[in-house]
Amino acid sequence: MTASRTMLEIHALEKRFDQTEVLKNIDLKVGEGELVFVIGPSGSGKSTMLRCCNRLEEPTSGAIMIDRERITDIPRRDLDRMRLKVGMVFQGFHLYPHMSVLKNVMLAQVKALGRSKPEAQARALDMLDQVGLKHKADAKPAELSGGQQQRVAIARALALDPKVMLFDEPTSALDPELVGSVLKVMKELREKGMTMLVVSHEMAFAREAADRVVFMDGGYVIEQGPPDELFGNPKSDRLKAFLSRVSGNEAA
Amino acid sequence: MEAFLDTFFNIDIMLQALPLLLKGAVVTLKLCAVVIVLGLCGGLMLALGALSPRRWLRWSSIVYIDLFRAVPPLVLLVFVYSGLPFAGIRLSPFVAVVIAFFLNNSAYFAEVFRAGITSVPKGQSEAARATGLSPVQCMGYIVLPQAVRNVLPDLLSNTVEVVKLTSLASVVSLSELLYSANMARSVTYNSSPLVMAAILYLAVLWPLVRVISRYQRGLAVN
Ligand SMILES: Nc1ncnc2c1ncn2[C@@H]1O[C@H](COP(=O)(O)OP(=O)(O)OP(=O)(O)O)[C@@H](O)[C@H]1O
Ligand SMILES: [Mg+2]
Repeated sequence: MTASRTMLEIHALEKRFDQTEVLKNIDLKVGEGELVFVIGPSGSGKSTMLRCCNRLEEPTSGAIMIDRERITDIPRRDLDRMRLKVGMVFQGFHLYPHMSVLKNVMLAQVKALGRSKPEAQARALDMLDQVGLKHKADAKPAELSGGQQQRVAIARALALDPKVMLFDEPTSALDPELVGSVLKVMKELREKGMTMLVVSHEMAFAREAADRVVFMDGGYVIEQGPPDELFGNPKSDRLKAFLSRVSGNEAA
Repeated sequence: MEAFLDTFFNIDIMLQALPLLLKGAVVTLKLCAVVIVLGLCGGLMLALGALSPRRWLRWSSIVYIDLFRAVPPLVLLVFVYSGLPFAGIRLSPFVAVVIAFFLNNSAYFAEVFRAGITSVPKGQSEAARATGLSPVQCMGYIVLPQAVRNVLPDLLSNTVEVVKLTSLASVVSLSELLYSANMARSVTYNSSPLVMAAILYLAVLWPLVRVISRYQRGLAVN
């Protein structure tokens, strides 16, 4: 897919925690409507990179542009407005346990976006319908399965009309039989034209749905390209080693 | 047996002392209300201070909390009531008691709130901040409700402690429940008013203590 314009651009991003350099000179572009997959071994900096994109983590240097706005220049007290444009889905769902599913999806719409309650409720029900959970609107998160919770978390992010969605291992905490329902929602989202940056180990899904796959190791982007190319014909030794390790795990 | 009943459970004397004791009970209630409300508010502020990223705020809050948890409340009270006049600050018994117990209580409540806030997983506030909620909104809508729920038994226990603590106010002649009862005892030469005061404390606190134990058992089961 040739992207019409760049929605998310990471330029010369570096991140250090005290003395440890976690991200080293990362460059990455995600076009509008593109689904970009990020793979790499544990500790390679995938989560950190994702978290820099909404400034949950402060980059040490470099620039990040979202929808042509340089979000790395925004003063700390103005971050909230920027974060409305960037949806994030976590490995551990992090639904608010003391609120109903509906309230979970409504809260930020009302408090951060300033929508009226009826408007937010209509929108929340719409989003819940999209992820197949409208009938659970009045349930508490604890009454849902992991897969259902993750779909609610996706609805919560989508309800704010983000320009980009970031997924940090959205299916890693799920029982295998529940993974499919979440991936299905993500696929539908892609078909609707959402721009997505996804950290995940779901290689089969990457092959099927990703426009591009990025391989990270040791804080660097080592290699990137279309899934067929990257998986079928890996160039670097590190990627070859990683892929054989992962497929070994899958066979086991 | 008759002598025992006559000394500790003398109905006539109890009835005679009742109006005085009720007046005292009203003072105790007022005192509790003021000290508990102030203590809760102060405690919350201190807990937020103790968890603040600003170093000076964090350290001054922690020093306050440690200091006033370590100093016995009676020492604080005597100091505020009898010590401060030497510096030209003369306070009414009620105000002195409120200040002394506020210093003590806010430190205890702060510790409870702090434990509650840190018990809420970090992912909760990250998720909230990621949806564009401000730090204050995140604290108010997401973290605090969960924090309070997690430490509700401790908050209630602390509240019971405050009610008991107010009886110390009798040493500065504040006519709260214990002081009034002791007054009635010295006038009637009979201990029944003290027994009645104890019964009044019991009547208010026993249900609370029951609720706390049930709640704690409930938490253990879940
Ligand atoms: N807050 C932090 N303070 C210090 N070091 C950190 C912090 N967060 C992450 N790191 C370190 O940064 C490195 C990259 O972590 P990151 O979570 O980004 O890796 P990852 O690729 O997402 O790994 P995984 O697949 O295990 O999730 C790790 O070595 C980690 O220990
Ligand atoms: Mg990670």
